[in-house]
Amino acid sequence: MKLLTYNFLTSKCIKKVKVGYPLKLNIMEQKVESTNFNPEFIQRVLPRLDWSAIKIAADSVGCQGFPDEINLETSTNDTELLQKLHHLLLEIEVVTGSLICPETNRIFPITNGIPNMLLNEDEV
Amino acid sequence: MAKRPEHSAPPEIFYNEDEAKKYSQNTRIIEIQEEMAERAYELLLLPEDESALVLDIGCGSGLSGSVLEENGHQWIGIDISQAMLDVASDREVEGDLILGDMGQGMCFKAGSFDGAISISAIQWLCNADKSNHVPQKRLYQFFTTLYACLTRNARAVFQFYPENAQQIDMITNQALRSGFYGGVVVDYPNSTKAKKYYLVLMTGGVQQQLPAGLGTEESNTEQISYSKKREMTKNIRGKDVKKSKDWIMHKKERRRQQGNETRLDSKYTGRKRSGRF
Repeated sequence: MKLLTYNFLTSKCIKKVKVGYPLKLNIMEQKVESTNFNPEFIQRVLPRLDWSAIKIAADSVGCQGFPDEINLETSTNDTELLQKLHHLLLEIEVVTGSLICPETNRIFPITNGIPNMLLNEDEV
Repeated sequence: MAKRPEHSAPPEIFYNEDEAKKYSQNTRIIEIQEEMAERAYELLLLPEDESALVLDIGCGSGLSGSVLEENGHQWIGIDISQAMLDVASDREVEGDLILGDMGQGMCFKAGSFDGAISISAIQWLCNADKSNHVPQKRLYQFFTTLYACLTRNARAVFQFYPENAQQIDMITNQALRSGFYGGVVVDYPNSTKAKKYYLVLMTGGVQQQLPAGLGTEESNTEQISYSKKREMTKNIRGKDVKKSKDWIMHKKERRRQQGNETRLDSKYTGRKRSGRF
């Protein structure tokens, strides 16, 4: 699971969950796979990212150098930041670990890079 | 007629390892899925030369995802079958895979995706696979959560196999209730084999016209032009029309080969007679 996906996943489909975001992230095994840097894609996705979730992700994998807050207008042209984001969001894969709902503490396991978001009958 | 998969088992059971293998080995299945994925991509109308983030619903073995990759987009796929997702992992697709049930809702933040695509998947929502399933509720949950996680002006295109007209209605009604505009585009409506259904949904405020289905232009000429002349053209079966000059010449050849006494050919053989004869 890439950290870009992590930034968009929520647990709001569980009954009674109000926001379900951001999910807590536990990483047991991760790997790095480099891909081509596409600055336009990162610029396109930048306004949709939740920065607090970025900080959580960066801390979990050990990526440093991310500011605590960003200004969208100035960041769009900050190539260094875009490259760091590309590395964090698209090049790091969580192989094993889990995602945890912040409101119910329900665990979604991640195995072989695939998060299991299947809900039980009583959660729908 | 072959049994519909939805009547055999729920999708997570139907798409087991053996079935999943077909999606990586059977060239016919792969070809059809790719063709439909490309047509759905065409209907998606993503801006050209821009890399977008697309949601692939019922991504399975990642065949449709590969079409998105070839066009330079990033994708995230969701599927209920672990076996199918394993095939996708083995194929090392670029998109991220999620194990999930679309009828439980799209568990994503609002405004995440530039578009959504789905090949041969949503008809599974029309059947209740568990005792607590209510198909209309699952369809509604699916469409409302999908609407929420798409950006403004994003489109969602679903190729699906409706069992009957009621299923088309059920799906379309729940989709329109969720806030989408749009409808069903049918390619090749007059062919049982080639006919394909695409549900095209739009989130934008500007009402756009639904694209025309492929193979619908010929159906405008409903009338056969009346002709007095007998068609002297070769029969579709490949044989000559009876009593035409070609037929006479062939018959004479056959008789000669059989050793029968046959008149010689001349310029009068099989000549056109005027009406007086």
